[in-house]
Amino acid sequence: MVTALLFRDLKLSVRAGGGAMIGVLFFMTVVAVIPFGVGPDLNLLSRIGPAIVWIGALLSALLGLDRLFQTDREDGSLDLLLMQEHPLVLTVLIKCLAHWLGNGLPLVIASPLLGLFMNMNETAIGATMLTLLIGTPALTFIGAVGAAVAVALPRGGLLVSILVLPLAIPVLIFGVSASYAAVEDPAPFMPPFLILVAITMFFAVLGPLGAALALRNAND
Amino acid sequence: MRLTADGLAARRGEDLIFKDVSFALETGESLVLTGRNGSGKSTLLRVVAGLLRPESGRVEWHSESAESGMRAAEACHYLGHRNAMKAELSVTENLAFWKDFFGDVKGGHSLPVHEAAELVGLGSIVHLPFGYLSAGQQRRMAFAKLLVAYRPVWILDEPTAALDVNAEGVFTTLIKAHLAKGGILLAATHQPLGLDNGKELRMTGFSGIMGERW
Repeated sequence: MVTALLFRDLKLSVRAGGGAMIGVLFFMTVVAVIPFGVGPDLNLLSRIGPAIVWIGALLSALLGLDRLFQTDREDGSLDLLLMQEHPLVLTVLIKCLAHWLGNGLPLVIASPLLGLFMNMNETAIGATMLTLLIGTPALTFIGAVGAAVAVALPRGGLLVSILVLPLAIPVLIFGVSASYAAVEDPAPFMPPFLILVAITMFFAVLGPLGAALALRNAND
Repeated sequence: MRLTADGLAARRGEDLIFKDVSFALETGESLVLTGRNGSGKSTLLRVVAGLLRPESGRVEWHSESAESGMRAAEACHYLGHRNAMKAELSVTENLAFWKDFFGDVKGGHSLPVHEAAELVGLGSIVHLPFGYLSAGQQRRMAFAKLLVAYRPVWILDEPTAALDVNAEGVFTTLIKAHLAKGGILLAATHQPLGLDNGKELRMTGFSGIMGERW
C-alpha cells in the first residue's frame, strides 16, 4: 500500500510538471555562475568549492519543497490520504522519501560534475557527495514540516523556504565542515560527519511527526 | 452496519453553520442533504468524513467486522468537489494507485480497474492521461475510484455536477447497486439522484441555524 504511494510520487516527479529536473537545473545554474563571478583563481575556487556546492544544493532543495503537499491538496488527494487507516506519519514519511528520491538524489548525483567546475580534488568531491547524500534527506524532513504548515496558503513557496531555513542551517554547517575536514588535515572528518548523520536521523523522526500534526490541523 | 452522527455542530469562521444535527443510517439506507448554496452541506460531509473537526458531537461507525477503535472515516469513501486524480498520470495509473492505497475494508470486495472503468462507461480511454479528459469524463473516472476499493459508506458531494443525463443514470444505477449490497450513502446534491425511499435532510445554514432533525 505504501509502496504504491512511493511509486506514484516518483512517477509524478519525473513526469511533466514534476520538480526533479528543475531542482538540478537550478543547482547547476547557481554553482556554474560562481567561477565566472569569482574569477579564474583556481586555488580560491577549490577552497570555497565544497561550501558553494553545499549552498547550491541547499537552495535547490528548498526550491521544490512547497510542492510536497500542495499538489495533493489542490486536486483533493490530500483529503483521501488523511482518511485512511495507515498512520499519517507513515504516509508523510513515504512522501518525504519519494520527494527526496525525486528531488534530492539528483542533486547528489549532479554534485561531482559541479565539483569539477569548482576545481575540487577527488577527495573533496567524494566527501561533498557523501555529506550531501547524508545531509539532503534532513533538508526534506525539515522542509516537510514547513510545507505542511504552509499547505493551505496560496503561494506559500517562499514562506516555506523562510520557515525552514533556520532549521536547515545546522545541516549546512556540519555538511560543509565535514567536507572540509576530509581535505584539510588537522580537522578530523568523523565528528562533524556523525553529527550530520544524527541530525538526519533526528529529523527523520521529528519531521514526519510535525508534518502529520500540521496536516491534521490544516483543514480547520 | 450502522453510521451514527450525534449532535454535530460545526463552525465556519466565527459562526456556527449548523448545530445539533443527528442521524443514524443502517445497512442499505441513504441520506440526501439538500439546501441552498452555503447552507453547510459540504461542511457536514467533511465533518462526517473526519476532515473537519466538529465543534461538538461525534460520528460513530459500528459494524460486526470492524476492529474496535476504527474511525468512521476509515469506512468511508469521500468524493468531494475535486476529483483527487493526477492530471499527469494515466487513468489506469490513477485508479490502480488508489486501489492499492485504499485496500478493501473487511466485509466486501472491489472491482479490478478496467471493470470499474467499464461500469462508468469509459473503458476504452483508460490509457489516456487524466488531464486529457473532459470535465464530465473526469467526474466519471473519479466515481470509478469508489468501485476499485470497497468501503461500506459513500460520502458524495455534488456527485452529478458536470454530468450529462446518461451519466447521471449510470451513477444512479451504481449507487442503487451499492445500497442493495448493504452499503450506506450520504450525499449532498441539487439534482435528485432518483433514489426510492431515501431519507432527506434539509440544511438551512446560518439564517436558520437549526439543522432540522428528520
